[in-house]
Amino acid sequence: MSQSNRVIFYFALVAILFLLEGLTNFWIFTGSWDTSVSILNMALVSAVMALGVNLQWGYAGLFNVGIMGFTALGGLAVVITSMQPVGEAWEAGGARVLAGLLIGALTIGLTIMLRTKLPKGNARAVFTIVVLVGGFFIYRSVFDPGVEAIEAVNPSVAGYLGGLGLPVLLSWPVGGLLAAGAAWIIGKTALGLRSDYLAIATLGIAEIIVAVIKNEGWLSRGAKNVNGLPRPVPNPVDLQADPAFIEAAANFGLGPVEASTLYIKLGYALLFTAVLVIVLILAQLARHSPWGRMMRAIRDNETAARAMGKNVTARHLQIFILGSAICGIAGAMMTTLDGQLVPTTYNPLRFTFLIWVMVIVGGSGNNIGSLLGAFLIWWLYVKVEPMGQWLAQISTAGLDPNNWFAVRMTDAAPHMRLFTMGLILLLVLRFNPRGLVPEK
Amino acid sequence: MDFLNALVMLTNFIIIPATTYGAQLALGALGVTLIYSILRFSNFAHGDTMALGTVVTIGITALFQSWGITLGPLPTALLALPFAIIVTSLVMIGTDQVVYKFYRAKKAAPIVFVMASLGVMFMTNGVIRFLAGVKDINFTDGERFLIQARAFKEWSGLDQPLALRTTQALTVVVAVIVVAWLFWFLNRTRTGKSMRAYSDNEDLALLSGINPNRVVMVTWLIVGILTTTAGVLYGLDKSYSPFTYFQLLLPTFAAAIVGGLGSPLGAIAGGFVVAYSEVVVTYVWRAVAGYVLPDSLQPEGLLQLLSTDYKIAVSFTILVIVLLFKPTGIFKGQSV
Amino acid sequence: MTGGYGRGPDILHSCTIAVNPGEIAVIVGPNGAGKSTAMKAVFGMLNVRSGSVRLDGEDITTLTPQERVLKGMGFVPQVRNIFPSMTVEENLEMGAFIRTDNFKDTMEQVYSLFPILRDKRYQAAGELSGGQRQQVAVGRALMTQPRVLLLDEPTAGVSPVVMDELFDRIIEVSRTGMPILMVEQNAKQALEIADRAYVLVQGANAHTGTGQEMLNDPVVRRSFLGG
Repeated sequence: MSQSNRVIFYFALVAILFLLEGLTNFWIFTGSWDTSVSILNMALVSAVMALGVNLQWGYAGLFNVGIMGFTALGGLAVVITSMQPVGEAWEAGGARVLAGLLIGALTIGLTIMLRTKLPKGNARAVFTIVVLVGGFFIYRSVFDPGVEAIEAVNPSVAGYLGGLGLPVLLSWPVGGLLAAGAAWIIGKTALGLRSDYLAIATLGIAEIIVAVIKNEGWLSRGAKNVNGLPRPVPNPVDLQADPAFIEAAANFGLGPVEASTLYIKLGYALLFTAVLVIVLILAQLARHSPWGRMMRAIRDNETAARAMGKNVTARHLQIFILGSAICGIAGAMMTTLDGQLVPTTYNPLRFTFLIWVMVIVGGSGNNIGSLLGAFLIWWLYVKVEPMGQWLAQISTAGLDPNNWFAVRMTDAAPHMRLFTMGLILLLVLRFNPRGLVPEK
Repeated sequence: MDFLNALVMLTNFIIIPATTYGAQLALGALGVTLIYSILRFSNFAHGDTMALGTVVTIGITALFQSWGITLGPLPTALLALPFAIIVTSLVMIGTDQVVYKFYRAKKAAPIVFVMASLGVMFMTNGVIRFLAGVKDINFTDGERFLIQARAFKEWSGLDQPLALRTTQALTVVVAVIVVAWLFWFLNRTRTGKSMRAYSDNEDLALLSGINPNRVVMVTWLIVGILTTTAGVLYGLDKSYSPFTYFQLLLPTFAAAIVGGLGSPLGAIAGGFVVAYSEVVVTYVWRAVAGYVLPDSLQPEGLLQLLSTDYKIAVSFTILVIVLLFKPTGIFKGQSV
Repeated sequence: MTGGYGRGPDILHSCTIAVNPGEIAVIVGPNGAGKSTAMKAVFGMLNVRSGSVRLDGEDITTLTPQERVLKGMGFVPQVRNIFPSMTVEENLEMGAFIRTDNFKDTMEQVYSLFPILRDKRYQAAGELSGGQRQQVAVGRALMTQPRVLLLDEPTAGVSPVVMDELFDRIIEVSRTGMPILMVEQNAKQALEIADRAYVLVQGANAHTGTGQEMLNDPVVRRSFLGG
């Protein structure tokens, strides 16, 4: 099969899977258009992430194991951009928190300045430590009371600063910016060293970002979650009250509730498709630009590129930031879709590893491949659980339900995902390392 | 008296827990460093292998207990450990045959190994969740304390208690034995030396007639011993849960890198550096300050530098500092 | 021997090299003449397409380098020829890895050939000077009690003084009856100690004779030794 036929074949396969999901409730399919579009929406968001990761891995060979962190920053961006500010909280401790953060930034800035200005030696070491320790204590003494005051403000519904009250769509680029900032810090540290170190460093920063979002109540309400994020699409209640809408829905043979959720989900799907198309076009353009060719030249032979005077580390930093920013945008999209920020849902399997499987399965280096990988793998990810249950039923049929194996099999269905995704990655890596749609 | 009280507090809340944790990390980091120097990649499946070893131990322990076999005052898990080591090592050697061997033969880039290890990590994670679920499991039995808080208070007449749990003492004793054995093995035996030779200069090792397959196999065997022991000691001391073990990966890596990847001595030093930093930074110093500072200087706050929720940030910060200023680590590691 | 790397073009063209017990044979020639390639062909790191490699009359053309070591070839690579983090003594032990008998006597022999190594036996080999490292490397290869010793540019990158010292040591090794085949960049000095010399040009034998003959040969002098 030629490359383009293959692409058509796989996309047809994906289309059939989504159609089956909507049309039939045989085996693992639910026969609900609602679920089908839900899966599609998440697949679209995942595809954006996969494009970002493909930029890093496929174009430059950078191994980012911290996608979860950049996605979570996107989620945070939605809260701080689109939620209404909590005036009371700002009054209670806003200034203190801002001042505290400023002091923290100044301390770090001063440290960096000291280290560049002063000559190497004991004096510099002493100064560094004094500034860092002193700065830290001042920061804490300013910052902590502010946090306490904010979190005391109406804790059951607020207890945080809220956001800027801007349109929610604006939070998507903001998510990209936040992720880019984090990527800059990581890239500055770990790029230019052994390739494993970037992996380890990104793994670490992701855990820390999620820890911050989980624990800094003043910022994100932490474990209390932020609910009721503004939507970029109409509200279902408004739709269900609109006679024109009800009538239109009836023409399709749908009830108002069913139609409104479907309508809203399709709205998201359109928005996401728009973003996906833009990112895809940009990624393709970048790939065929001199910049993209240089990136691949660096990936294929770093030593030679270095010898030709290319600043490999700087180029890597660029692409690492870009890729992470795309993950940040996708993270913001996802949180917008959920309508809430739930920090505890961020886990590395779903937000880091799965994206990797998508990119590798699809074909690293190939944007269309990443896209395809995202659709296929996301569909599989959703369906592995019902498949696991089905498998559990079959394998334990005739067994006493209290049998050890039967209990484990039934309990284990959710964990099938981990195992299956790991297995898929290993199989593809081994037997088809170039993926379903290889790079040309 | 105040000073003694402060000293007892330090011992009770810093020295004992950090030494225990440090020993556990050191064992883990030794495994990371060995894989790095022989197989030349950072093994992301390490935390989950520790979990696997622990889960197997938990299973065998339960079996022993159901047969009425215990170790008296010591945890039964200690008896199960050798069997779990065998199982874990076999799993690792099997994994190597099925997964890594292929890439070794192809001389694939280290990053491909890392990616494969990520796949292994998730499969292992799935298996351990299948075997033992996701909840915390406490599997220690026998005598809980070597030194009981009340007994110590009565004996010393101090206000502050001092407690030493059996598992803490056990951790240190077992770790010392394992590390001593490992160093003896690497420096004194023919096989151990051939492993070091292979790590130093693979081509010359081949020319000298050293069998690479054997070296790799022995490495996984030793890594099996190290990870299982580290995992079981950690689980006995605290408790087992798949998520905690996954999160052990970062401190373990940090320990290995701080010490210098590829240097066994460095892995041990790194383990203690990370453990002590973590405990010292997240400890609430107020009570200690209450003993040593004069009344006029008594602090208002808790004197806790970082909340325990950010434990992981400590190892990460250490990692970043090392990468920025001395990527080869304290004891010169193999490469940057 | 005729051959090349992998499926690449032939680099060696009907090149013949031999060494007898107690002899030092030296391969010299201009850059790119295939000196190191010839050595690799002898050691089995190259596809020999026609011709053969024989050790004491036994055909070993199809054996891998590792198998040749077992058959009694000692090879000292040009670079990365020691285990840097291991002690000198451990380096020697690793050299004797394939031996199952007691190798203490061989180690004694190596120490008496290279006395400096005895003094530094517990020091990490990577901490030694360039010349001392080369001695470790040769010593390591001798530990298998090879029937022939191959040296790939043993004096590359060492100072002239150290080079003389190294050549002295090599002569001493040769006096134990060990045949030595050596590739050398420093043609003049090497020819002075050579019992047998091969001048290679473009992968083929250009001149063959004793070291002294080569040194006296006006053609060789003019083209390689600078007059």
